[in-house]
Amino acid sequence: MSGLRILVGCKRVIDYAVKVRVRPDKLGVVTEGVKHSMNPFDEIAVEEAVRLKEKKLASEIIVASCGPQQNQETLRTALAMGADKAIHVLVEDKDYSNLQPIHVSKLLAKIAAEEKVDIVLLGKQAIDDDCNQTGQMLAAILDWPQGTFASKVVKKDGSLDVTREVDGGLETINIKLPAVITTDLRLNEPRYATLPNIMKAKKKPLTTKKPSDYGVEIKSSHQVLSVEDPPTREAGQKVESVDLLVAKLKEAGFMKS
Amino acid sequence: GHILSGAVLETKALDELFPDWKEKGAPVTTKVTKDSFRFLTKSGSIPIPMVPGHPMNNHGNYIVRLGNFVRWLGKQAEELGVELYPGYAASEILYNEDGSVKGIATNDVGIHKDGSPKETFERGMELHAKMTIFGEGCHGHLTKQLYKTFNMRENCQPMTYGIGVKELWEIDPAKHQPGYVMHTVGWPTDMHTYGGSFMYHLDEGPLVAIGFVLGLDYKNPYLSPFQELQRWKTHPAVIDTFKGGRRIGYGARALNEGGIQCIPDLTFPGGCVIGCSAGFLNVPKVKGTHLAMKSGMLAAESVYEKLSEETTDTSLAAKKPTKYEERLKDSWVWKELYSVRNVRPSFHNPLGLYGGVMYTAFFYILCRGKEPWTLKHKGMDNTHLKRASECTPIEYPKPDGVITFDLLSSVALTGTNHDHDQPPHLTLIDDTVPVKNNLALYDGPEGRFCPAGVYEYVDTEDGLGKKLQINAQNCIHCKTCDIKDITQNINWVSPQGGEGPAYNGM
Repeated sequence: MSGLRILVGCKRVIDYAVKVRVRPDKLGVVTEGVKHSMNPFDEIAVEEAVRLKEKKLASEIIVASCGPQQNQETLRTALAMGADKAIHVLVEDKDYSNLQPIHVSKLLAKIAAEEKVDIVLLGKQAIDDDCNQTGQMLAAILDWPQGTFASKVVKKDGSLDVTREVDGGLETINIKLPAVITTDLRLNEPRYATLPNIMKAKKKPLTTKKPSDYGVEIKSSHQVLSVEDPPTREAGQKVESVDLLVAKLKEAGFMKS
Repeated sequence: GHILSGAVLETKALDELFPDWKEKGAPVTTKVTKDSFRFLTKSGSIPIPMVPGHPMNNHGNYIVRLGNFVRWLGKQAEELGVELYPGYAASEILYNEDGSVKGIATNDVGIHKDGSPKETFERGMELHAKMTIFGEGCHGHLTKQLYKTFNMRENCQPMTYGIGVKELWEIDPAKHQPGYVMHTVGWPTDMHTYGGSFMYHLDEGPLVAIGFVLGLDYKNPYLSPFQELQRWKTHPAVIDTFKGGRRIGYGARALNEGGIQCIPDLTFPGGCVIGCSAGFLNVPKVKGTHLAMKSGMLAAESVYEKLSEETTDTSLAAKKPTKYEERLKDSWVWKELYSVRNVRPSFHNPLGLYGGVMYTAFFYILCRGKEPWTLKHKGMDNTHLKRASECTPIEYPKPDGVITFDLLSSVALTGTNHDHDQPPHLTLIDDTVPVKNNLALYDGPEGRFCPAGVYEYVDTEDGLGKKLQINAQNCIHCKTCDIKDITQNINWVSPQGGEGPAYNGM
């Protein structure tokens, strides 16, 4: 049987090591000039796709990203890691704040259908919004089975055994192809995008599209009212005796007097 | 990004490179409107008149966020067809059989702390070129090797340095004066320690860039450049600027202070050195960006000519772009550096700062540096530290968390990050020296001069002694340790590419 066709979604987010700052207008965070990189869970998704290709189970890897011009850097990194071609759905800066998982899942659904893919690999969530929604919504739109929080993926005949990280431990399910997988941390350790590969990636195809090409309108159904810093942690107090502790607890209203 | 500077830009070189830089949208918009120079005492401040000819007269210059300016330059280069690969570190110089430079190699990735390869191990990449131009900034790690290999420093004095510690603040809009430039000398450094501060009000914001520069020839091992900046902020002349404001950036970098006496040979077979790696910085002006840009332009022209040359000469001498050095010495870069050559060394006199100020006032401001003699520096920076027993520990005030801060929260603001599981890039030539020498005799000055808390003396497991703990992850690539370490035992090498500080418009 011919190899699987895989679509991997990549999001460009503020680098995890950077200290995030709330914008003065309190409607978002500062992104201008701030170091960005590929969402770490998406790196894991790209790595998993590349490994499937190296095992000769996959024949083509398409990576897609929705966002402004700079998202092309993220796609180049994915191409350097081993993806074959990239699709950039250009969402201008002014519309980007309205881009939600619901729109991304609709866009990815259209791309998945157009590219006739067998597996969509996504990070379980983005480290900036922590939504954890795109994969699940995408599976619903496509009416495909989903294996979320995957820490192991094994190909079977026409299906996948997916081991999922759940609260109680690990759950292994078998889902028929085509399917949506979202990756968790322990799935793999992504390779480095080395310089020779970054140079070669420039020659790999990268197409730019618009959301309207897929019939998707980026209109938000909600409005951000405010973004605030978490409250600064106050210093604790040391007390000398249990009686004093009880008195302080009563004072703060945590105990009935 | 690793770019960090004050900075006030003199557009001399930019005007030559891109005469239409304004139309091209260069982020050079804050024209200097007011210059102020103050001498600080413990509680007061004496304004020093900004006479014409004063090196810190910034009329016609612009305050810039150098990181943003460099990013714009990068965009112009890419539009002209240059391929840029940020995030990949040159870690090794490659040589041809005849000893000339063949190019560079990027670092290997995926190595465990103990040196063994990880699953993700990949060899670095070799880049070969007929000519390689080294612009690593102040005290480049590869340039250090070049100087040794090609004996490029045999006719000049050893370079002397300073460390600049900088913060970016969002201040109360009512206190914001875009275009205002202030420099101070005096408190908190004593008259025998070279140091001073800057404060630049940008026209965006309300942002203010502040910083403290300390000469690395300081003698007291208890000095902490970071703490000097923190306590400077509390001086009555400046503290009001910070009240009601918020610190949003922090970083540090070493800078050149040696001037023309310390400029080495600039070319070698297979390439040349430009910018701060060569040491071009006008110390009294505290500016090097315009000199660096001009040196880059001259190097480009000369290297291009060299590459276009039709010659059968295969000697090593023929591989040196000697026209670069000739042109540079004929240019305004050299004239400028020559005129200020005696300002910094004039500081080494019994009257310290006062002597330096008087010398500068007479010989530079009045005579434009035309005196026929050239003063010498006093040797390498690391040789000046006095024993701890001969010095008084400095009681720095505790941070208040509002205007002054602790070191670790400052490091967090740099966004610096390194893979923890890789060989530390701060290497020691002799592992026993730190405890045996630095700690025993000098009370561990590296724990104080590092602006990122990389060096810590901690108790050994048996609790009987101390050992040096190197927190390589904190490193912000300022190069101060490589410069100031007493026995030159610390050798900074490049960590994996893409690591280090993530400065934003610093």
